[in-house]
Amino acid sequence: MGVRLRRGAITFSFLAPALIGIAAFFVYPLISAVYFSFTKFDLLSVPQWVGLDNYRRMADDPFLLQAVRNTLWMVAVFVPVRILGAIGLSMLLVQFKRGAGIYRTIFYLPALIPPVAATIAFVYLLKPGTGPVNHLLEMVGVDGPLWFNSPAWAKPSLVLLGLWGIGELMIIFLAAVLGVPESLYEAASLDGANAWHKFRSITLPTIRPVILFAAVTGVIYTLQYFDQAAVAGSIASGQATVGAGISQSFGYPEGSTFTYPLWLYTVGFRYSALGYANALAIALFAVALGVTVILLRRAKAFSGEES
Amino acid sequence: MNKRIPHTLFALGAAVLLTTACTPAPKENKVADPGTAVSGTVELWHFFTEREATAIDQVVKDFTATHPNIKVTVKAGQDDSKVTQAIGAGNGPDVGLSYSTDIVGKFCSSGAWVDLKPYLDRDKVDLNQLNATTRSYTEFDGKRCAMPFLADAYGMYYNKDLFAKAGITSPPKTLDELTEDAKKLTVRNPDGSLKQVGFLPLYDFYENAAAHLAPATGAKWLTADGKSAVGADPNWKTLLTWQKNLVDWYGYANLTKFKASLGDEFSADNAFQKGQVAINIDAEYRLAFLKDQSPDLKYGVAPLPTSDPARYGGGYVTGNIMGISKNAKNPEAAWELIKYLTTDDAAVIKLAGLLKNVPTTTKAIADPTLNADPDFKTFIDIFNNPNSMTSPPSASGPAYQETFGQFLTTYQSGKVPDLDKGLTEADQKINGVMSLGG
Repeated sequence: MGVRLRRGAITFSFLAPALIGIAAFFVYPLISAVYFSFTKFDLLSVPQWVGLDNYRRMADDPFLLQAVRNTLWMVAVFVPVRILGAIGLSMLLVQFKRGAGIYRTIFYLPALIPPVAATIAFVYLLKPGTGPVNHLLEMVGVDGPLWFNSPAWAKPSLVLLGLWGIGELMIIFLAAVLGVPESLYEAASLDGANAWHKFRSITLPTIRPVILFAAVTGVIYTLQYFDQAAVAGSIASGQATVGAGISQSFGYPEGSTFTYPLWLYTVGFRYSALGYANALAIALFAVALGVTVILLRRAKAFSGEES
Repeated sequence: MNKRIPHTLFALGAAVLLTTACTPAPKENKVADPGTAVSGTVELWHFFTEREATAIDQVVKDFTATHPNIKVTVKAGQDDSKVTQAIGAGNGPDVGLSYSTDIVGKFCSSGAWVDLKPYLDRDKVDLNQLNATTRSYTEFDGKRCAMPFLADAYGMYYNKDLFAKAGITSPPKTLDELTEDAKKLTVRNPDGSLKQVGFLPLYDFYENAAAHLAPATGAKWLTADGKSAVGADPNWKTLLTWQKNLVDWYGYANLTKFKASLGDEFSADNAFQKGQVAINIDAEYRLAFLKDQSPDLKYGVAPLPTSDPARYGGGYVTGNIMGISKNAKNPEAAWELIKYLTTDDAAVIKLAGLLKNVPTTTKAIADPTLNADPDFKTFIDIFNNPNSMTSPPSASGPAYQETFGQFLTTYQSGKVPDLDKGLTEADQKINGVMSLGG
């Protein structure tokens, strides 16, 4: 066996577990989804090839627009709020010299709580009439909103829930902010820069790759927003989920929390239109990929290059 | 030419082949000759848990005592999506017990559950012993792939103390009387907000789904060719107009605020059980909750009020269903188990008593023990009433009901100014969603 061949075999053997994993759990499902998106399929009978019918059908889908609108709202509001919140929190935490570890731990802790449990807790905390938050607001003379029970407040309530569990992103920003060379701040101070100038001209440019990372992962995460919206709708509706399945209360109230993935799930697993659901999934994948490419191209700093 | 392309094409082709190879293929269903001895193991998946699962175990034990050659493996807590995925993957249980009649259309049309006619014909099972409504929701397009496993009948619960306080002597029988009583039973706070509600008419409150209210006017869901009928059937307009008038009397904002403060439906904080709502739509299973969680509550039960007095006595009827998976390993034993649990009168009576659900066979319905409780008898009578209705099976499952449900929540909030136009658009929307599967 030649040296090159042997080296290749060794390299491949090291890569094999990861390659097998990627092939089995990413490539194969992706290709399957593409295939099924061209079929009429209900999971129970043999798929029938229908060409582009499922993609054409999207134009007549009566709920697609509503689902897209809600998801885009979440992307437009939740992603920036999450990034700003994490940067703000990390900037605040670097100010603490004593007990810094304790504060960082406290602010990180909510990220460890499973999303479903956190959502249930939030719905009960914000429950009008019996929840403590509105009770406290009432004590200071404020008539609290209906939170998850109001079409106008349901999505902002989900953003609030996401902001509470921001710890994971906060830790990444904290590491980036702590990584900014102290000498740059000292030089700026000598030049008479105030705190805002330092933040704008030193901190922000230095942590730009992390901001881009947060934007890309945030967009992908929000496009797939499912768990919290499903659970919040179900719990806030107060209706039974046994018998009709949790998807009966998807979007509660008045479709305000009805996101694209919730519609995809409903179509696929509740209405048995798996072929169409796969087409929706492929469209979502294409959008996520497109947004990621645009973001990366617009800010090459992600790979350490100057834009 | 790029050398990578053939490799990529090969990989894609292999994946597509693998994908198509892993998808289910049809299987022929052959039935044994009459009198053939049945033996072996049969696997039953059901959705019940805890107390109710124990009840199933008891009756399955009775089955194995009378069928010593058949061993039953029971898996509790299995919902419809698990059953669907298992059948799709070729590992479906021999027998599936579902809580939802919504799957009948899909399971019958796709062949996921086998046609039971050959078994019924061979064993000379008389389907007339089952009531007409349950027969209708267990078949689709003339194909019987399911059998009814107990049923739920929906009626009206009312708080006797609150009725007496408001000077009401008997439960309302018409929708107009319901409106009148609901107003008398409503108590407002000094600021105009709601303290106690006579009847909470919002469609997204507890069991107020349109399907459960439709028998009040006799509104039909689908046309004979399986299209939406909500725009064409005037009974929907009657129901919706009545509901909207009552919502407007309360004030939609007042109702949503009041509703948001109420406890969960299946908790001890249920608004009816706590006396916050005086009249509620619910099924017979609420009786067990009342006994357990609110033993001191003085309540009565009655059929659903109707728009036309001639329709009085009926209500919404639905139930659990059973079927044999197309990839059942022991379909003969599976059928024996289904036959026992759905047509053996003693088994049905025992199950109805243990699960507090309405029985489905003629003899079980007339059982004196089950009818001894006047409240439970009210629901048996609703179940038997010819005016009772169910939601028809559809190949797209509950798509038509849920799509209409979205329209109703928009309508009750006052965002649909023209009801006729709204119903016509709802028709189009429902038909659009029902056709998404191709």
